[in-house]
Order: sequence, then C-alpha cells, then structure tokens
Amino acid sequence: MVSIRINGISRQFHGSPDMPLLWYVRDELGLTGSKFGCGMALCGACTMHVDGVAVRSCVTPVSYADGKEVTTIEGLDPEGNHPVQRAWRAHNVPQCGYCQSGQIMSAAALLQSNPDPSDEEIVSGMAGNICRCGTYQRIFAAVRTAAQEV
Amino acid sequence: MSGVQNISRRDFLKQSGIAGAVVLGANVVPGPMIAAVRAQSGGASIQPNLFVGIAADGTVTITCSRSEMGQGVRTGIPMILADELEADWHRVKIWQAPGDAEKYDPAGKDGQNTDGSRSTRHHLDVMRELGAAGRYVLEQAAARKWGVDAGEVYAKDHRIHHTGTGQSFDFGEVVDAAADIEVPTGAGAPKLKDMSQWKYIGRDMPVVDNYDMSTGGASFGADISIPGMKIAVVARPPVYRGKAKSFDATAALGVQGVEQVVEIPPLPDDKPAEFRALGGIAVVGTNTWSVLEGRRKLAIEWEDGPHTAHDSSTYDDELRAAAAAGGHVIRDRGNVDEALAAADQSLEAEYFVPYFIHTPMEPPAAIVDANARPVKVVAATQSPNETRQYVAEALGLEKSDVTCEVTLLGGGFGRKSKPDFACEAAILSKMIGSPVRVQWTREDEIRNGYYHAASAHRLKAGLDASGKVTAWHHSGAWPSLIALWAPDARTGHPIEYGLGLIDTPYDGVPNLRIENGEASAMIRVGWYRSVNNIQHAFAMNCFANELAAAAGRDPVEFLLELIGEADVMDLAKDGVENPWNYGDSVEEWPIMPKRLSNVLRVAAAKSGYGKTMPKGHGLGLACHRSFHSYVAAAVHVVGSGTMARSGFPRWTWPSTAAGTSIPKG
Repeated sequence: MVSIRINGISRQFHGSPDMPLLWYVRDELGLTGSKFGCGMALCGACTMHVDGVAVRSCVTPVSYADGKEVTTIEGLDPEGNHPVQRAWRAHNVPQCGYCQSGQIMSAAALLQSNPDPSDEEIVSGMAGNICRCGTYQRIFAAVRTAAQEV
Repeated sequence: MSGVQNISRRDFLKQSGIAGAVVLGANVVPGPMIAAVRAQSGGASIQPNLFVGIAADGTVTITCSRSEMGQGVRTGIPMILADELEADWHRVKIWQAPGDAEKYDPAGKDGQNTDGSRSTRHHLDVMRELGAAGRYVLEQAAARKWGVDAGEVYAKDHRIHHTGTGQSFDFGEVVDAAADIEVPTGAGAPKLKDMSQWKYIGRDMPVVDNYDMSTGGASFGADISIPGMKIAVVARPPVYRGKAKSFDATAALGVQGVEQVVEIPPLPDDKPAEFRALGGIAVVGTNTWSVLEGRRKLAIEWEDGPHTAHDSSTYDDELRAAAAAGGHVIRDRGNVDEALAAADQSLEAEYFVPYFIHTPMEPPAAIVDANARPVKVVAATQSPNETRQYVAEALGLEKSDVTCEVTLLGGGFGRKSKPDFACEAAILSKMIGSPVRVQWTREDEIRNGYYHAASAHRLKAGLDASGKVTAWHHSGAWPSLIALWAPDARTGHPIEYGLGLIDTPYDGVPNLRIENGEASAMIRVGWYRSVNNIQHAFAMNCFANELAAAAGRDPVEFLLELIGEADVMDLAKDGVENPWNYGDSVEEWPIMPKRLSNVLRVAAAKSGYGKTMPKGHGLGLACHRSFHSYVAAAVHVVGSGTMARSGFPRWTWPSTAAGTSIPKG
C-alpha cells in the first residue's frame, strides 16, 4: 500500500506501486488537469510537484511519492489564483492549452526554488516543457510577471 | 446573404444547447440549396443553423460550431458576433456545437470539418449578420418598453441607451419584450457596423478557455469519462494493411486491471482505408497504465501484407525518379524546352521533403457508447460530422443514429479530421458491451498515424545573359492523399495541385511548365497543416534563391522579378481551366502576384534586409501564397564552417496579407 497526500487529501493506493503517478491521479482519482503527452518525460505535459519539486509524473511511480505531498494543477491554488496562474491569464498564454498545466506547474516550482530568476534561468528552467503551438514568448513573459509577485 | 430569424418561440430550442429568452438563428444554406430545403420541409421555414441566445440575466450564449485546437476559433468567431451585438465580452458564454453539418455548416461547403484554414472565412459575414440582428431586436424591444421610436435608441456595451433621456437597459432587461420581434430582410435588414467601429475584431482578446486552461479544468479527449466506461489501447499492425495472424493474450490478461483482450477485425482488403479502423488487438481494462502494460505483454504474430516491401530509401529513390520523369503537365506557358535550349545559363536542382507525422501534443482519444441509442461519441475531433458518418458505418447504423460531442483538441493539424480512432472505440464498445475510451500514445501516432506525403521536386530554369529567368520547369511527385479513397491513385489530385503548385506565382516568367510524376501510396497519407504548400513553397523558394546566387543577383530583387507586379494572375492563359482554389472561385479569391511582392518587400524592410551582416550570419527570405493568404518570412541564420548551410535560426520576421484578421496574431 502506498500513502500519499494529494492536494492536501490523504490517499491510500492498493494497486501496483509501479503505476506512474500520472495514471493514478488521472484514472483512479479523476483529476484530469495533468496531461498525457509522451509518456517518456520528454514533453512536460504531466508535470506535478512532489514535496514541492517538479516531477514528470508519467515516469514517476506511485511508490516514489509514498509518504510525500503531491500537488497537481488542481491543487496549486484553491481559487486558481496562484501568481503564475494569474500571470498566465494576464498574458493570454494558452493556445490549444494541452501543455499549459505542465508549463504552469514547472513555472511555479521554478519560482519556488528561485524567486528572482534571470532571463537565462527562466529559459533553462522551462526548457523541458514543450509547447507545440509555440507560445514560448508569452510563457516567458508570464513567468517574468509572476516572478515579480512571488 | 443569410436570413437571420428570431426563433425564441420555436420548440426545437428545447433540444438545443442555447439558452435565452431571445434566440436568433440564421438560415445560411447557400442560395441554390434553399429551394431544395424548402421543398423537403413542405414549404415550412428552414430550421436555423447558427444560434445566439440572450438570457434574462443578460448572458449572451454563442454557438461555436468549429473545433478548438489552438487556432483560437472558440474565441475568434464568437468575437465577431459579440462585436456586432455590442455585447460585453465578459458576459459571453460559448456553447460548443455537436456534429451536425445540416445545422452548423454556415457556408454549406465544409461539412463542419475544422480544417482547410477556412473557419473565419466562412463565418465572418454570417456572424456579423447575427450580431447585427441581435442588436436590432434588442433595440426594438427597448424602444417598445420606453414607448419611443427605435431611431432614438442604440446598443452599446451590453446596454440599450435612449438618446433623449440618457436612460438605459441592460440587454437582459429587454429580452422579455424581444421574443416576437421579426428581423427584417432585404433593404431593411439590420445595418452592420462600420469597420472603424469594431472593438473586438482585430484585437487580442482574452481566450475564452483561459481560466480553465490555467487551472486544469479544460477538458480534452482523454479527460472525458462516462459511466461504465472501459479504457483500451490497441496493438496495430506494424505494416500498413497488415493483420494479426495469431495472438496470445495470456500474459496480458495477467496484468492487474486488464479485463479483456479482443481483436478489432482487420478492414477487408477491398475497402479503402479512408478514416476507418484498420484493425488490431485491443487490450481493455480499468485504467490506462494497466492496458499499456498489458499491450506490452501481448504476443502477436503479424501477417504483413502487400506493403511489407516499403522501405524509405528505395521509396525515396522512386519519388526522385518520378519527379525527374514528370509526365502529367498541369500548367504550360510558352515553350519551356526551347527557352531552356536557348538559355545562356541553366540550373537544375532537386528538393526532397520526407514524411511528416502530425504528432499533436494530445494523442488521439475518443469515447464511444455504441450500445446507447443514439450512439454516443465524445472525441477530440476536427470533424464531428464525419465522425458520426464513419462510426455509423463501423456499427452498421445510419449517421442519424450517432451523436458526436467535441472536446477541446490538444492540437490537431489535420490528424484529428480523421476519426479512425473513434471507429476503433465504436467497434470495441459494441464488441464488449460497455462504453470505451480508446487512447492512442505518442508511439501509436508515429507508427500508425496518417503521414503527410513525402515528395520529390525537380526544378530546372534557364537564365538569359542579364540573369533574368526565361524558363521555369517544376516537376513534383508524391503519394496522393486521394489514395485513402482510391488506393491505386498514381497522380496528384487537383486539390494537391492547387496547394501552391499550379498557382506558382512566378508570373514574370515567360515560359513555365509544371508537371506531376507518378507515385503510389504505401502508407496512410493524410493532410498535415498547409498540406502540399509545405513542399511546394520549400522547393520553389530555395530554387529561386539558388538561381539568384548562380546569376550573381540579389535574391529579393530576383524573387520580385519572378513574381512581377500583376494585380491578378490568370491561369487560363496557361491552359489551366477551373483550378482548385481552396474551394472558392478565382473570381472571388484571385491569385494576386502584387500582394505577394508587397509582403516580400515588407518582410525585407522590417528585417533590415540589405544591411551588411557579420561573418557567419545570413538573412534568408521566402514568400508564398497559401489558403488565399500571402506570406513572406525573413530568417536570420547564424552558422560557421559546415554549419553555415544549415545554421541555427535566430529569429524570423513574418509578414502576411490576409482578408480580415480576427484575433491578433
């Protein structure tokens, strides 16, 4: 059995401890904000926080999060008003939106660990998150805006 | 011209998703069809097919009948209507229409398929008319309430104002008096705003799904669950049109969460692929990871079928040879052979574009309950109406037996116009007696998706002593996407010719010939964004630049000379009658060399073209007409040594000319 706190709620999972966190959260808990893109930690659409650190949940087994605190996009802020989320809306970042949960979770973790990133640190910190629509300029601008608020 | 109607009191509204005390619909079937529809309905009025509703609380609900995949259509098209209506954008809600082309194909010519870069083109006029009609009805209602002449009232910012008293009503306060107000047609039809009065159209507006997309609440294909639903992945034949000879599911069934392993029967050999399910071994279970694990444990012996000999390098050589051979002349001006023979200098080059796979960020996913009536389909689809058609066929039913709801699409690029994945879910759902979600993976898409055609292009040109092009010969070969329907197709389709080849804009060249060589499709070829414009623009712009270098001339000046300054290029004088022109007439949407020259000049000016650049830096310009838009781009490339020819782009500077740009960007 694996015990995890997800978005502040304690959960026990009795299934295979090898199941990636992504599929546990999406299919067993019905929290679908975290997306399945590549399944190989190559695109970042599935990004969640485990004890505050961004992880690619599509390759992170549930067992890794045993006893830890997991935050998904749904739990980032109760009203959806985390500074990164507000900056995202202010900059009209999304196009298709599919990668955006992962982008926002990566940005939030980046600013948690580095509240005053340089331009280069924003670029390198967000480099693992792919946006097929190419919204990178607005992603950059939104992270820059959010950094002024956190 | 559409006929907008106030339909607030019609019974069928109860079945639609539009709520409001005032509802407007538009009969927008094209002229010639109206008589036929009237005849079918026994002379009764036509059921309107686009809706805007205004509720008593003032909320404006606008139907979006197109699929959102990042192009902004759920924002852009409703914005047009909201602008004309004078609605406050923050009080507008969008209702996503299900698949029903009879109702939601406003121009009557695209089957509600969100592809072909035509949604805005097909919606601009009718959405403006609907908005203006809504404004008219509300103004009339307010005038009635005040007991004043309608000429004394006007709509602005979600309110109706009275000029004399300064009084005003919120939209919602007048809807009770608006339900029976007729919308006049003809000369008395509601006036459209002047373009200078537009407040949303052309502006960068907040994306309607912005909040949901920033909080994880936006629903894509794989995010939908329905009661009793199973999850499935499919092991598909590694070779196109192959089949499973035998399979052993023992190990797969041992995975916790795997419930069944069933075979989706292979499509019979005599049936073209189209958008049908091709068959495979499906692993069905309670969660995605289990069925993925189960699929890994399947032991399948495949029978590869007729395409087993297809290998890339041999096939590439065949395409190159086919391009060199040409054979099917599709446009001919002057005498290319004589001009080439007489040229002072001639050049020949080959350009090759490999297969592209669409790989949208969101792999395809569809949910089907085949055992419900009507059959329920929920899918990340660009083409919900065709999804109904193909799902119905897969189940042996009529299209009217199938409904299709549209989720947000995590990218589409044409891939999601092809509902093979919904057909798989339909067949499985029927077989196992439960609703099913079929989930594709990235690898599935790369192994078994629809590929954009590989193509080879052989270009020849002759230059005179002054470095002016006297002859241009372009011969291209590619597997036609028509092979999806006609597997033996060996030549391109007029649609493919029309995608930037037959309309080669080099109107300044006196001798010009365009040919197509023969090739067979060995995989599923499907249209990728811009379709054949990709390879055509690539080949002709590269060749023009290489010619300029050979002539020792400035490449931008050289391109401008090739294109010329004609307002309209007439293909008829080159022997081309009725070219495919993105589904539109060349009279309405002519080919305009001068517009292309102009965007090239703008791109050159804005990019600082012509200034001396540091060693190892270069600026390249190209331009193309695609889907009636004229685009030029400048790319700054930095490289050194062997990298100089394939350097890293530093920035691009695009310049476009389109009809009317709705959202910014």
